[in-house]
Amino acid sequence: MGAGDIQKIGEQISERVGRYAVAFVEEIGNGGILLLESIYWLFLGRREKQPVRLNAVVVQMMEIGINAIPIIAVLAATISVTLTIQGIYTLRVFGAEDQVTFGIGFSVVREFAPLITGILVAGRSGSALAARIGIMKINQEIDALKVMGINPTRFLVVPPLIAMFIMLPLLTFMADLVGLFFAGLYINVELGISMAAYAHQLIEYIEVNDVFFGLLKSVIFAIEITIIAVINGASVVGGAEGVGKATTRAVVQSISAIVLTAMLVVLISTRT
Amino acid sequence: MKTKPNDKTTDRNISRPKKVIEVKDLVTHYGDRLILQGVTMNVLENEIMVIMGGSGSGKSTLLRHLMALETKTSGTMKILGHDIDQLNRMEFQELRQQIGVAFQGGALFSSMTIGENVMLPLYEHTNLDYNTMEIMSRMKLEIVELGGFEKLMPSELSGGMIKRAAFARAIVMDPRILCCDEPSAGLDPVAASALDDLILNMRDAMGMSIIVVTHELESTFKIADRITILDRGKILMVGTVDEVKASKNERVQALLNRVPEVGELDPDEYLDRLVGDEDSGRAHL
Repeated sequence: MGAGDIQKIGEQISERVGRYAVAFVEEIGNGGILLLESIYWLFLGRREKQPVRLNAVVVQMMEIGINAIPIIAVLAATISVTLTIQGIYTLRVFGAEDQVTFGIGFSVVREFAPLITGILVAGRSGSALAARIGIMKINQEIDALKVMGINPTRFLVVPPLIAMFIMLPLLTFMADLVGLFFAGLYINVELGISMAAYAHQLIEYIEVNDVFFGLLKSVIFAIEITIIAVINGASVVGGAEGVGKATTRAVVQSISAIVLTAMLVVLISTRT
Repeated sequence: MKTKPNDKTTDRNISRPKKVIEVKDLVTHYGDRLILQGVTMNVLENEIMVIMGGSGSGKSTLLRHLMALETKTSGTMKILGHDIDQLNRMEFQELRQQIGVAFQGGALFSSMTIGENVMLPLYEHTNLDYNTMEIMSRMKLEIVELGGFEKLMPSELSGGMIKRAAFARAIVMDPRILCCDEPSAGLDPVAASALDDLILNMRDAMGMSIIVVTHELESTFKIADRITILDRGKILMVGTVDEVKASKNERVQALLNRVPEVGELDPDEYLDRLVGDEDSGRAHL
């Protein structure tokens, strides 16, 4: 391979990187515009004679929140118990296994409950939203809304955004309670610490701010999941295959955004 | 709305039918591709205007402009006397309520029943109580012979029934203009003929101006008051059915006799026009 070939490959790589960078910035910009537009319709829709319908929000809250309770409860319990098992095993090396409550309390409330809830909702409701909007786009249903004088952002985006905004913190709080309860049960069986003593330790270690920290993260996740799902759904081209690709992309991007956000938030919060 | 229809002119030309749509020198692009090249046409009150043309001729793009769904490169467009460039958002939304659209695939919302689909524009734009909206949507469904089907989901209807339900939704606000994209496409001859009759009935009973994009000749000759023939983004001719049939223009005759074009187009350009992505996957609603 000559120097010319290497230069050509280098140019191709940098061109591709540049293209991806532009596309990334463009998507971030689209997301920002969509969010601002959603806020506009939420607060000023009534003035434009297009208020956000409460029943549409309730339907979305049922779909995103209520129907997700069982699976989130099961996963919150399982992961908390797994963390507890691993925590006890690790701390036993130092003879400090009775301090496991400290680690579990913090990790569940601040990190794992919001993370697991966010990932599950992204996989469950984010994908459904992306697929729904994608199918509506290829079936010209979005065009139909426009010609009926119905703003698609107000009709299709704001209800799931509000529902996600309300339900994700509630689901996270539920995951906190379920996770801590099952961790307590395991600690009770394994270490013989009573549930009352465990609860007392939790109250002693965990502050209200720690709970709010987790809930605040879940609000950020809620916005990310909705906007990423809508952006991907709205970019569908090419029929059913396009819908499949957009749905997959929405889930991958949402989960990546959630994990990245979780990391950045914990990094910033532990340094200030 | 700011722009008022010119009433004085209307009085002077009282015998002449009013123009509900006036398009002048419409030029449009998708990206770098030139789609419509200076199209000038009008649609009169209470007439059925059929837009015909081969694949890639720009007829669907023209229809999307007439439905105010696309942004033009240049030219002017007046709908019901209002220059759409001069309208603010609220005025534009009000104007849109005067245009009903029946899409090719129906575009019914799959999560709603047929009745809810038809009722949606009333629910969004009026303050009527639920019972009144239900009665009105049932009346429109009766017009398209779908009375009693309001509780069914779109997935439970046949192709022809979906198109008729789409017509019911399109006319529920009693629009003055109705746009239909390929109404007969994918239907058997009997269902297609029934849909043609429905279009004629709606024009006569409701006094609407109806714009139909189709390439079905039989249907065109049955329903059209006037025909606009598009060819490669330009208007080839506008005329009545008899005028079109009598045209000596080779390309018009080729279209009427279904003679395929051979070697006249650059294959790449043709393929690009045919399958080119209309909005290149732009991530917006």
